[in-house]
Amino acid sequence: MTAVKHAIDVKGLRKSYGKTEVLKGIDLEVKRGSLVALLGPNGAGKTTTIRILATLLKPDSGSVQIFGQDVVKEPDAARQRVSLTGQFASVDEDLTGLENLMLVARLLGFSWKQAKTRSTELLAAFGLTEAADRQVKKYSGGMRRRLDIAASIVISPEILFLDEPTTGLDPRSRRQVWDIVRTLLQTGTTILLTTQYLEEADQLADRIVVIDHGAVIADGTSGELKKSVGSGTVRLRLQQAEQRPEAEQILARALGVPIHLEKDQTSLSAQISDPDLASAALSLLVDAGIAFTDFSLGQPSLDEVFLALTGESLDEEETSTEQEIA
Amino acid sequence: MAATQPNLTSVDQATLRSAVSSSSRPGRPGPLDASVTMAWRALLKIKHVPMQLFDVTLFPIMMTLMFTFLFGGALAGSVGEYVQFLIPGIFVMTIAMITMYTGHALNTDIAKGIFDRFRSLPFWRPAVLVGMLLGDMVRYTLAGMVVIVLGFIIGFRPDGGVIGVLLSLILVLIFAFSLSWAWTVLGLLLPTPESTMMVSSMVSFPLTFATNIYVDPATMPEWLQVVVNLNPITHVVTAVRGLMSGTATADQIGLVFLSCAVLIAIFAPLTMYLYSNKGSR
Repeated sequence: MTAVKHAIDVKGLRKSYGKTEVLKGIDLEVKRGSLVALLGPNGAGKTTTIRILATLLKPDSGSVQIFGQDVVKEPDAARQRVSLTGQFASVDEDLTGLENLMLVARLLGFSWKQAKTRSTELLAAFGLTEAADRQVKKYSGGMRRRLDIAASIVISPEILFLDEPTTGLDPRSRRQVWDIVRTLLQTGTTILLTTQYLEEADQLADRIVVIDHGAVIADGTSGELKKSVGSGTVRLRLQQAEQRPEAEQILARALGVPIHLEKDQTSLSAQISDPDLASAALSLLVDAGIAFTDFSLGQPSLDEVFLALTGESLDEEETSTEQEIA
Repeated sequence: MAATQPNLTSVDQATLRSAVSSSSRPGRPGPLDASVTMAWRALLKIKHVPMQLFDVTLFPIMMTLMFTFLFGGALAGSVGEYVQFLIPGIFVMTIAMITMYTGHALNTDIAKGIFDRFRSLPFWRPAVLVGMLLGDMVRYTLAGMVVIVLGFIIGFRPDGGVIGVLLSLILVLIFAFSLSWAWTVLGLLLPTPESTMMVSSMVSFPLTFATNIYVDPATMPEWLQVVVNLNPITHVVTAVRGLMSGTATADQIGLVFLSCAVLIAIFAPLTMYLYSNKGSR
């Protein structure tokens, strides 16, 4: 027996629908009080994994332990300690915000009076007091999300599962959700969230588990993942797109590595091992009369990590508007 | 969507932190408590979406008027006589047909995310369905009253009096509760609310027409008489006619209870099995 039990301990998780193997042996450990992000494109198996952990689905094989308790054998014990905010808002659109929270509170065993007190408190905490008596169908996407998360913490769960908590939200609402997630983390809640946004994983997670086609392909901190790709990336944005071929030649010569031409006609990037070379290359560009608006030397983005790991870019699979800002 | 609703307040860290830190952990609610809460939800839905009462008010009015005046003269010689025979039947039929919306409502919950929320909470699982069915009792009662009042207006005079009518209502509510479990099975099996509605209608039409509601089964071919006599709705109609005319026998009532018991014995466990294993989406 190990002294410290993980909040979540998953071993060899498998699940198939008919002949389609959705999960091909997922291993996952989440430390108490930490936030782990399951990062992957659509169809990678993120939602399936999280639904199994939240007792909504039974795995074909593999073990899932929540604080050392077997979720498959004792789902009710797990249900007392975990809470799920699903991908599609799990609230009743016909009811008001207050009624929705009261409903959940009542089903958790609160008396009518306690349910009302707790719901009012949560509405205030999530900035929804004014919308308390409005039907949820009239809420904006961000408000609905917040209500959904509020419903998940009527009883503060020890573990909170968030399935794509910010998908489809505008940037402002996304930031609000992030604030909520960070606050929950500070109060000691263990959080496992799924996301297809690199920025989100980078911003929030202590550890990132990258999954693709039902298998874990990388597991580590954001820094570790980036290091596995290369020591650093030089990124350059030129003032004039016509000068790019010339800049490419100069950089290739100075850095001695292949130069990557970005989709944006004015940008170039390269993976380098020696940061000193970058400054030398820079002065060569200045000498050649090539003006640039933006220069950065830093760790590779998670997108590049994903590209290196899977050979395909996340952005290309994405239909939503979110783009990583380097 | 967000643009039309400026949300002035935003998330307040301190309030949020204190709200999250609340350690209040009441025990699991009892089965009755959870069911009552789910019934409360059903009533709130009626309050917020009164449109859904259309089917329990307009539908019975339509059925009563249509059948009375369309068939009354031809079948019983006069509308006045046919009303005495027909109203108890229409009363049962209306409520029986409305029960099929139960499957639709359940399937809608599944299609939206709220079903997941319910399933991930540690309360007595049948409460979701029991509560929903309890909430429906209000709708059924309303529909039943519409039929009786309208029947009274067009000449229905039950010999069983108010007591007879009330007992009929109770009996039909019990039957409706039992029959609803068949619809919840469909609601759990079928992929969308629309397909649930379609299949439910396909089932409910023969179920309500192959009965003794409109005509005496003696006028039907023998094979159909067998079907009609096996149809639980036939037994309910017979019992309700008995109660409303003050001539009900223990046998008639007993047959209804037997039908109810059979319906629940088959469909309630099946519903709960499907409910527990749902979600392989």
